Amino acid sequence: ADIISTVEFNYSGDLLATGDKGGRVVIFQREQENKSRPFSRGEYNVYSTFQSHEPEFDYLKSLEIEEKINKIRWLPQQNAAHFLLSTNDKTIKLWKISERDKRAEGYNLKDEDGRLRDPVRIKELRVPTLKPMDLMVEASPRRIFANAHTYHINSISVNSDYATYLSADDLRINLWHLEITNRSFNIVDIKPANMEELTEVITAAEFHPQQCNVFVYSSSKGTIRLCDMRSSALCDRHSKFFEEPEDPSSRSFFSEIISSISDVKFSHNGRYMMTRDYLSVKVWDLNMENRPVETYQVHEYLRSKLCSLYENDCIFDKFECCWNGLDSTIMTGSYNNFFRMFDRNTRRDTTLEASRESSKSRAILKPRKVCTGGKRKKDEISVDSLDFNKKILHTAWHPTENLIAVAATNNLYLFQDKVN
Amino acid sequence: MFVRGLKRKCFDGEEDIEGTLAGIKAIPSYNLQRQSLLDMSLVKLQLCHMLVEPNLCRSVLIANTVRQIQEEMTQDGTWQMINTQSTGQASLDRLVSTDILCRSSREQAEEKLVPNYGTFNKDFEGDQGQDSSETMSTASSVQAPRNLQGSVWEMENPQENKGNFQKSLDQIFETLENKSPNSVEDLFSEVDNSYYDLDTMLTGMMSNTKMGHCDGLETFSSPTSTASNSNCKSDLNELDHIVEILVES
Repeated sequence: ADIISTVEFNYSGDLLATGDKGGRVVIFQREQENKSRPFSRGEYNVYSTFQSHEPEFDYLKSLEIEEKINKIRWLPQQNAAHFLLSTNDKTIKLWKISERDKRAEGYNLKDEDGRLRDPVRIKELRVPTLKPMDLMVEASPRRIFANAHTYHINSISVNSDYATYLSADDLRINLWHLEITNRSFNIVDIKPANMEELTEVITAAEFHPQQCNVFVYSSSKGTIRLCDMRSSALCDRHSKFFEEPEDPSSRSFFSEIISSISDVKFSHNGRYMMTRDYLSVKVWDLNMENRPVETYQVHEYLRSKLCSLYENDCIFDKFECCWNGLDSTIMTGSYNNFFRMFDRNTRRDTTLEASRESSKSRAILKPRKVCTGGKRKKDEISVDSLDFNKKILHTAWHPTENLIAVAATNNLYLFQDKVN
Repeated sequence: MFVRGLKRKCFDGEEDIEGTLAGIKAIPSYNLQRQSLLDMSLVKLQLCHMLVEPNLCRSVLIANTVRQIQEEMTQDGTWQMINTQSTGQASLDRLVSTDILCRSSREQAEEKLVPNYGTFNKDFEGDQGQDSSETMSTASSVQAPRNLQGSVWEMENPQENKGNFQKSLDQIFETLENKSPNSVEDLFSEVDNSYYDLDTMLTGMMSNTKMGHCDGLETFSSPTSTASNSNCKSDLNELDHIVEILVES
């Protein structure tokens, strides 16, 4: 199994898609709840697997293009088939996943085993009939959106109009129509005329969940810009600029790096957005630009280790974050296969671990605690014992239920609320 | 790999620095750590994967850090002439104690800082004169930032230093723009010109392999003489990898 690089539930939560470093997409489907087995609350089983992207070679630059799937985004379901967008560094693809559970029998021109019949022998015509067959799930690429990004794509976001979507790379954001592959509109371009002056890149972008003219993008300097596409064709001028003033007393050489935003997500109700930087998660009210309304420390104990984390490159890890369906809880990952949940109402936070040892099937997860200094209590783990190779970068929350998907390197964990 | 239980480095033997030292052991540590961070950053910028385009965000953040350090070093005062440091000088492989660098500037301001170094600019002295093939600039050895022990501290005009430094940073981004961040490493590493002429190299290699179906390679000019082969000092494993991809694609 390859390293999982993205996890995403669809709009109903019945399907869960994962993308991996090898360019594969694996889709899980929730089993229907069985009345006779009340405790089996809808397990997820593999529904479809397909190779979305292949490694490519850019001859012009003599460089490889990785097949790793950076993001998957589902389209809302409009008919029996399911559609999703998956992207690697350069190309976005629209995939159609459809079921086939019938096949036609009784063709006139060919036998049951497919051999062509001699037309001379055909004495009568018949109408083929549909017979049931074993369920087959097929994935086929319906659109390929290529050659629009010079830099690496980090985000895609489907618009609430369900007709357009945006794709963002380090320096540009493009707007696409789902039906048109040979053209896209550039709506943000922060590439300086002189690349020597480059000091800031785009790190994430997302459309507003209800307002189809609004989107946000975050930067490596810890800022978020909200843009309104009605104001001009090129949204280089933002409508709102979100930035928390820096605390001058806590400035260090690593201040900028740890302020770089790795993920931005709107709340489901569209009133807030959440940003993840290296050490914290911040909730912003869209009507207040000068500071976030809530800040949660994910792993503050790492602040004194920043130099080591810079040396081993961990400081550049891009953690994602997500909201639950009610926007009352937020979740993000950390190291040592830990992930954190913050209840916005009670202000309580929990640290849990996604690992085989601590998660036997149906067992309740035990909260974990990191010891930050002084005496280490029993069951606590000290900062120096944390495994920085076990990082949880990708998590997803079911749109309506308390069910979460956590990707730990090449394993996918699904946790749900205890059944009462 | 993250080293568990990182030990604090002791800098007891290194206080033979001109100028006043308030006798606080931490002072040279800060400068050395800052220098170490600078060196580490430069190495990171050049250690780009040969085959895959490196992360632009990471490169930008590292370059910004380098700029920040350079600005602070310039503000700290003039470059001083200092004799070769003792062998205790921190080499790149030793990760100095993380503590001080992670402290906030307020805490650091409480300690007196003595500026005492300027090797960095020396590296780029040699670069400016060299001609470059196309968009890439070849550079002199990267050894200097690595071997602080052997470096000679020079008295330089601070403006010139800053200019050199800035120019090199600019070169990094120029190459980012023109080719790919791949060539950032070209700025620092000891290389042969022909190493970069991948076309020549590949065609030189291709002539030895059977490749009927690579459309892209048809655009390459016919293989040059065997001289190209002999000039290939590059890592042949990586070349094999490229060849493999091309042949299979």
